[in-house]
Amino acid sequence: MSEQTLKRVDLIFGEYSNEKYKVLANTLERTNEDILKDILESGLRGRGGAGFPTAMKWKFTAESPSDEKFVVCNADEGEPGTFKDREILLRVPRKVFSGMAICGRVIGANKGYMYLRGEYKFMVPELMKELEIYHEHMKLLGLNFPIEIRMGSGAYICGEESALFESMEGGRGEPRNKPPYPTTSGFMKKPTVINNVETFVNVLMIMRLGPDQYKKLGTTDSRGSKVFSVSGDTPIPGIYELELGMPLDRFVDEFGDGDTKAVQVGGASGFCVPRKKFKDTVIGFEGVPTGGSMMIFNSSRSMYNVLHNYLEFFEEESCGQCTPCRVGCQQLLKGIVAVKKGEKKAAYLDQLMKLSESMKITAKCGLGQSVANSFSSIVNNFKEEMIY
Amino acid sequence: MTDCKSLIRELADKYGRERTSLLPILQGVVAKNNYLSDTCMTDIAKELDLSAAQVYGTATFYSFLDTEPRGEYVIRVCKTITCDMHGKKTIVQTLEDMLKIKVGETTPNKKFTLLETNCLGWCHEGPAMLINDTPYSGLTTEKVHDIISEYIHI
Repeated sequence: MSEQTLKRVDLIFGEYSNEKYKVLANTLERTNEDILKDILESGLRGRGGAGFPTAMKWKFTAESPSDEKFVVCNADEGEPGTFKDREILLRVPRKVFSGMAICGRVIGANKGYMYLRGEYKFMVPELMKELEIYHEHMKLLGLNFPIEIRMGSGAYICGEESALFESMEGGRGEPRNKPPYPTTSGFMKKPTVINNVETFVNVLMIMRLGPDQYKKLGTTDSRGSKVFSVSGDTPIPGIYELELGMPLDRFVDEFGDGDTKAVQVGGASGFCVPRKKFKDTVIGFEGVPTGGSMMIFNSSRSMYNVLHNYLEFFEEESCGQCTPCRVGCQQLLKGIVAVKKGEKKAAYLDQLMKLSESMKITAKCGLGQSVANSFSSIVNNFKEEMIY
Repeated sequence: MTDCKSLIRELADKYGRERTSLLPILQGVVAKNNYLSDTCMTDIAKELDLSAAQVYGTATFYSFLDTEPRGEYVIRVCKTITCDMHGKKTIVQTLEDMLKIKVGETTPNKKFTLLETNCLGWCHEGPAMLINDTPYSGLTTEKVHDIISEYIHI
């Protein structure tokens, strides 16, 4: 075991302020420019996985002329191996609603929505209780920014922002072409800020601590802390808030079971890192980015089974709208089965690799584009397991 | 089963008759009736002034909006990799033995439907399942026995 331990942080799950909605009240006394300046200065990037700078997203939306604007909190957490948003919403929902309200004021939005995945419907009564308190305090603060909860119904693709808008508008959750981006055309084709649950909490923490204090956490490219969902072959699965920019070998020292063969960083749409690369892999935007999913596999696991499971997942969850993703996912799955059975030669894996690369270039949205991440990182690093 | 037309009217009064009200209404019908029948979907279309195809198109996109009859309790077992690694197959086997049905089927008394689903977000406590909206995690054969026995006696 390594001498060093990873830096645990207690920012996201830290206690509420003594007075209800105190940080929100203090923040609302400041000007929008001032608030945006602090978020920009903090270096905060979106916590859903893609890592777009939050301040820029808010600024573009604030500058989009429209009589109606919206704030949407993306709580459609569906990436395999991710459960941190559920934990945040169970433990500190007040911080999420406060972050949304700050965003609403900054961009001049009329209304906020939280799109919660259907699998988390059991949390609605508790969230509604907190929303009641929130709405009471908003009245006292004199800000008109109601928040409503909308439910998903078991479609992974609705975590993709434009698919989420389609779903909220009552349609099939099929992603839109981009541009236009949500900053000019989001929910109901109006300028919309859509952020991950954790991003809104980070905003509130920046408001509480100030950007200088916040910036002390993490690295130049990856500021702040991140909530990780740790699962798989680990003696201590669960939720951990850690500083960004850590090397993977230290993570494995702390969370692995001593026999770790690979870590899947970022869920099924993320990257599989084999043991020999633990040392040179950094968790963060400068290395391997993640929405928080860390799945650990030990040497008793077949990486063929892991890939097979991911491909079945993608095949089912592909919305079917564009051909590269719809047909590509099916063919990749069929292909690895055929190679395993010996119906196709091992060299067929190279063909499949080319197919996944084509999907990366031609698929309409992030789902189809990111299948290649896990496909190529597993096939390249564990080729023998795919064949024998 | 609640009468579809009055239920739809009730839901439309609550959520509105806009296109944006469609998903909450579909969800409301499934919560009461366990599934969306063809007549129910055409009734929704009439109530919201949409085409039946639009309603059907939206309904069939979502895996939790069932368009075939389901039991009173829909069991969805997570089949994603971490739950799979921690014994999901045994859990499914136990459920199949107890309910005497296979995955995808409904018991003859229309009480239970057994399904598999993608990641439920309980990877750290797998295997996990949902029974209607209630999650159960850290499942073992014994635990499944206890849970299902309770539901059988409801």
